[in-house]
Amino acid sequence: MTWSIETRKCLVCGGCVSVCPFAALELKDKVLFDEKLCNLCGICEKVCPVSAIKVTK
Amino acid sequence: MNDVIIVGAGPAGTSCAKKLAENGFSVKVFDRRAELGNPKRCGEGLDERAQEFIGKIPERCIAQKVKGARIYAPNGKYLEVILKYGGFVLERKVFDKWMAEQAIKSGAGIQANTLISSLTKENEYFTGVKGEFLGEKFEEKAKIIVCATGAESPLRKQALGIFSKANLIDTCLQYEMSGIDIDSDFIHLYLGNEMAPRGYAWIFPKGIDRANVGLGIIPGEKNPKFYLEKFVDSRPEIKKGSIIEVNAGCVPVGGMEKEMVANGFLVCGEAAHHVNPIHGGGIKESIISGQMAADVISECLKKNDVSKKALSKFNDLWWEGRGNRLKNVEKLREVVEKLSDSDLNDLADVLKPEEIMEFSRGSKLSVLAKALMRKPKLIALARYLL
Repeated sequence: MTWSIETRKCLVCGGCVSVCPFAALELKDKVLFDEKLCNLCGICEKVCPVSAIKVTK
Repeated sequence: MNDVIIVGAGPAGTSCAKKLAENGFSVKVFDRRAELGNPKRCGEGLDERAQEFIGKIPERCIAQKVKGARIYAPNGKYLEVILKYGGFVLERKVFDKWMAEQAIKSGAGIQANTLISSLTKENEYFTGVKGEFLGEKFEEKAKIIVCATGAESPLRKQALGIFSKANLIDTCLQYEMSGIDIDSDFIHLYLGNEMAPRGYAWIFPKGIDRANVGLGIIPGEKNPKFYLEKFVDSRPEIKKGSIIEVNAGCVPVGGMEKEMVANGFLVCGEAAHHVNPIHGGGIKESIISGQMAADVISECLKKNDVSKKALSKFNDLWWEGRGNRLKNVEKLREVVEKLSDSDLNDLADVLKPEEIMEFSRGSKLSVLAKALMRKPKLIALARYLL
């Protein structure tokens, strides 16, 4: 079970941050991920406009 | 100690700050970005009538004036909506700074490049923020904290819990393109649930050979990049151009909540999903929402009562003034996303441009319902609208 982001693809638009139901993502100069809060629901992967996020269950 | 701290210096934050400062309150605005208005997450279109709320927009903020919108059905046929007062395609990084300057002239303070990470709380009241400016951590206090951060909003989550229903977010990608051919008298909106599921593609001119070319969709199997590339590739007059900027973002297309306040806290603008659910336009809604927030906050500060109960007047004011109307538009969006491309083509034959304009404002939906009734399989959708 993993969450990963390809930072070279990421446009830091914050879409994933706005949809995360668990507040596990935060927007700084890049997207920050808090493993403790994430439940791997995968919605961030789904909304990413450039498919930079991968969630595997 | 400030009277008000506003987090986010977009149209909601700065219009709220300006009004509060004019009313004599001390206001500090923080924005995460190094440059206000940049990167934009926006097609930059604005109805000229927004000036009723913010005064005359200087020429330097405007990339292109337009007469109205052309709305294309999937078969390519278009309806031309002429705006009585016209519209603008803005240059957001100039416009947002102008809005900020207006607030500063009225007495507000604004600081860019400042990340606010959390709210501080004492005795059940939100009393300040924790932030960081160029590596330096700080805490600052205020009687009321306004969250105007846009859709990605950890502060709103901290104060009011989870807001978004994930299915009410559209995901968008936009290229600012140069060296293209486009009729720059109009913004161009392309409908089609095959081309852009639930959303639409757009071309907003920023001159005769430059435009924001973008697309928003419901999150699904394929990302917006897939659909946008298809859209661009199918249009030689666009495809020949160059990409000079890439913008992405997610826009709430519904899911407005009744509760937008807590003790010492208020959320407004796109952070509160104050966006038109059919076209995703948010600048004007944000300005209205920010100014309404300022009115309520001013009253509360005068009475020295910043409790949830006192601030909840904002809930009533916004829902009465904007929310009920936008809720209708959300219904419209729910219906439109269920229509097939051939349904959309047929509607384009029977509807008038002025009617479409009314629909997008949440009125005259009975006219659309009547048009839907022509097809037996759409009667349920028509009933839903009424």
